[in-house]
Amino acid sequence: MTGVALLDQHLLSVLIGLPLIGAALLLFFPREGNGAIRNFTLLVTVVEFLLSLSVVARFDVAAAGMQLVERVPWIPQYGISYIVGVDGISLWILMLTTFIMPITILSTWSAVAKNVKEFMVFMLVLETAMVGVFLATDLFLFYIFWELVLIPMYFLIGVWGGERRIYAAIKFFLYTFAGSVLMLVAIIALYFHHHAVTGVYTMDLMKLYELTIPVKLQLWLFAAFFLAFAFKVPMFPFHTWLPDAHVEAPTAGSVILAAVLLKMGTYGFLRFAMALFPVAAADWTPLIAVLAVIGIIYGALVAMVQKDVKKLVAYSSVSHLGFVMLGLFAFNLQGIEGAILQMVNHGISTGALFLIVGIIYERRHTRLISEFGGLAKVVPLFCFCFMVVTLSSIGVPGTNGFVGEFLILLGVFKVQKWFAVVAATGVIFAAVYMLWMFQRVMYGKITNEENLRLADMNGREVAYMLPLLLFILWIGVYPQPFLRRMDASVNAFVTRFEAKKQAALAGSPAGETVLVRYFDVKKGGAR
Amino acid sequence: MTPIPFDKAALVQGLYSILPELVVIGTAIAVLLADLLLPERGKKSLCHLGIAGTAVAILAALSLGPGRIDGFSGMIVHDGVGLFITLTILATTLLTLLMATGYSEWEGTQKGEFYALLLFSAAGMLFMAKGTDLMTVFLGLETMSIPIYCLVGFHRDRMTSLEGALKYFLLGAFASGFLLYGIALIYSATGTTKIPAIAGMIGDLRLFGNPVFVAGVGLLLVGFAFKVSLVPFHMWTPDAYQGAPTVVTAFMAAGVKAAAFAALLRVTMLIFPALGPGMTNILWVLAFLTMTVGNLAALLQDNVKRMLAYSSIAHAGYILVGLVSVDVAGGQAALFYLLVYAFMNLGAFGVIMLLAHREDDGYDIGNFKGVGFRYPALGGLLTLFLVSLAGIPPTAGFIGKFYLFSAAVKNGYVGLAVLGVLNSAVSVYYYLRPVVYMYMLPAPGEVPVPRPPRTAFSLALCISAAAVLVLGLAPRSVLAFAERSILSLLM
Repeated sequence: MTGVALLDQHLLSVLIGLPLIGAALLLFFPREGNGAIRNFTLLVTVVEFLLSLSVVARFDVAAAGMQLVERVPWIPQYGISYIVGVDGISLWILMLTTFIMPITILSTWSAVAKNVKEFMVFMLVLETAMVGVFLATDLFLFYIFWELVLIPMYFLIGVWGGERRIYAAIKFFLYTFAGSVLMLVAIIALYFHHHAVTGVYTMDLMKLYELTIPVKLQLWLFAAFFLAFAFKVPMFPFHTWLPDAHVEAPTAGSVILAAVLLKMGTYGFLRFAMALFPVAAADWTPLIAVLAVIGIIYGALVAMVQKDVKKLVAYSSVSHLGFVMLGLFAFNLQGIEGAILQMVNHGISTGALFLIVGIIYERRHTRLISEFGGLAKVVPLFCFCFMVVTLSSIGVPGTNGFVGEFLILLGVFKVQKWFAVVAATGVIFAAVYMLWMFQRVMYGKITNEENLRLADMNGREVAYMLPLLLFILWIGVYPQPFLRRMDASVNAFVTRFEAKKQAALAGSPAGETVLVRYFDVKKGGAR
Repeated sequence: MTPIPFDKAALVQGLYSILPELVVIGTAIAVLLADLLLPERGKKSLCHLGIAGTAVAILAALSLGPGRIDGFSGMIVHDGVGLFITLTILATTLLTLLMATGYSEWEGTQKGEFYALLLFSAAGMLFMAKGTDLMTVFLGLETMSIPIYCLVGFHRDRMTSLEGALKYFLLGAFASGFLLYGIALIYSATGTTKIPAIAGMIGDLRLFGNPVFVAGVGLLLVGFAFKVSLVPFHMWTPDAYQGAPTVVTAFMAAGVKAAAFAALLRVTMLIFPALGPGMTNILWVLAFLTMTVGNLAALLQDNVKRMLAYSSIAHAGYILVGLVSVDVAGGQAALFYLLVYAFMNLGAFGVIMLLAHREDDGYDIGNFKGVGFRYPALGGLLTLFLVSLAGIPPTAGFIGKFYLFSAAVKNGYVGLAVLGVLNSAVSVYYYLRPVVYMYMLPAPGEVPVPRPPRTAFSLALCISAAAVLVLGLAPRSVLAFAERSILSLLM
């Protein structure tokens, strides 16, 4: 098979495999040649990004289903296959992943000095796993990639992290692993249920979508999936691993964690938990929405009182992902498209914020807000980048954050006015903690003499910051190309969601309460 | 009594059905004889002789094929399960001997009796796995166990080794007693010791209500539970595993488990379904206790060898989950897991043997500091084996657990599956601890130099690593083989 034909027929597999092959090749590099190792890794990730651009080019805007599908039987006697595909829901998250990788790699030139080879190997393995998570449409394959993400990230935090790195790494691993093992049981149960109904063993997500699952079973399966994804997002109150992991991880780790890994949770909700179990998802929406709103407000309030910039950004993630969750559980076009766009936006702006924190940390080896002040005059270029990113994180009109949050609030307002109203206060809080932090770091008098000698961003730092700024403004001003490619898939999702919900509820009387539906609890409490 | 007519064809068929066993026993005897002839410097070749013999035994087993061969008027059978477990045990033996080349040199076990005992024990395991008569199972168990008692105490100048051997021997003797008493009770209720015949009689004789029979099965179960160290019959395990020469520990953990579970599998698959849910409930509780106690105790260990001993208990619990669901899916998952466990367990023991530069306190976790980046190949391999033991994809350990727990879900034991996956989440903590020490804690100024692996030793590690990856990524044909094996048992 020629290279062209390979790319033509197996584009998605190439995207999954390329970083892994790069990682394997890296093993043969001499340990001392840090320059060669870095350049090679950058090359692999850039080629990966360029190849992923052709996914966008070949993407059919009008098609709702999976595109560029590849299907190979893997363990055929159990209906397990290697199936990958991309649709309007995963397209931009995939692009975010391949886009953020070269930027992250470039940011490690001076930040990662020891064991560069292993660092890069783990980064590339991580990329394979992340791309795999977003492309897999076989539940078994998805689970494998989902767990595979943990190992490289565990090493990235535990080896190259800060002072409490081991605690943070283990906490990250155990929390997310414990959350996801129950999902494995739910996957198995779903698999046998499909067999019981249809007589076919399959892990193919598209086949499982067609199944109408009894509501009581939906509850349990949804609960297991919910736990796995809620830990990953992370939703309040499952978020406690996040600040530790973010603060202790090296800059590159924090960027990937914020930009991509958290999206695995929200993506998982959309692709699996909500799509497979619509009745349970709809019934538990009030609870999830309340948790999301608590997350928005709580994350913002805790961010406000942080002394450490990195911790502030970490808590702001809890707040931002609350918005995404709220948008998803509005179950309408605006809410879901806004949520997907906001996943990408959060990846870009929070990724950029962590890079900014990394830049300043490399120079001063501290991240305490009180150590800074008045930097604007010393490092004007840095100040400009920081400001744009800050505004984007707040969601000021003209930046990407505004579009996403606006769509989400629009979608939520259509179904639950008050949730939208309360959530909107989160935007105000975001302005408070971000601007206050920005003001304390950048303006005022220079209180610390060391800050006078700070060097401004160098060429490499500008080079990786520039693409991020470009997208912040592009999505902010003209989001149409991004939204247009989601329309067909999200519309189909909403339609199918309603249809499946109706089908599953066909036998239930109107006005049935949740307690009756799932637990057979009658009014008097008698069973 | 009429004299039993001599049937030459039956004898030939019987000998044919135990071809691999004969090869292994022949090798063991050859090793003993060669030991007398070889000069002190040439004792190394004894191990090579053992390796060659085991390799021939593997070929012999493969040449028998998966078809059913009955031997010695139904005392022994070569069938699918027999072949699968034979290959598992022989692979374990081969890897053990490959590692023993190096270990014997370092620790002075370069002796004829060491290898001969290993091989005799392996032969006992093979008989146990292929016995369809409870007497064969018992004889196999004794042939397996007695050499192992000696092997555990082989370092006779070390207290830990002797203590382990004594504990194992005393409790093992009790276990044999239980087993034999159980067989006697079953015989008194049925008049036979052949497992298929017993299974056929349960319905006719209404044995499920017969207290003698039920007590017999219970005692039988206790005997097996000792051997595969199910909680609460596991007390000997940590000490015996920690005290034994490390190659022997690795051999015991994988080999004894495979043999005893094979025999237990024949009993549970054929007899338990007819006995109703009571027996299955007992297995359920044993599986839960074994997984949980093994994992919780492993959390507290600072000695990696002892940690792996407790982890071995936990793994017995996982495998028992497959036996709780007495059907094809469960049995197949258990078989597959036994094979996978052999590779990941031997691999992990192999690496720590190299990293610990002496026995006993050499296995303290603190000694592993800084090894990961200093010796990347060893660090990487140990990480791979530990990740597989923890059941994290894309390794064989994950596929194995996946099938064990899906068998449980399929048969309605969702609760047990949930407890199982939660247990594997707990186990991640202690499996990752050596990784933390190897990679994340600051390295001491001078990282201790690992023992230099010989070619044979490296080969054993490479085989194990390759198996863990291949069974993790392409388990298809081996799973199908396990499925056919179980189906042949039920026919």
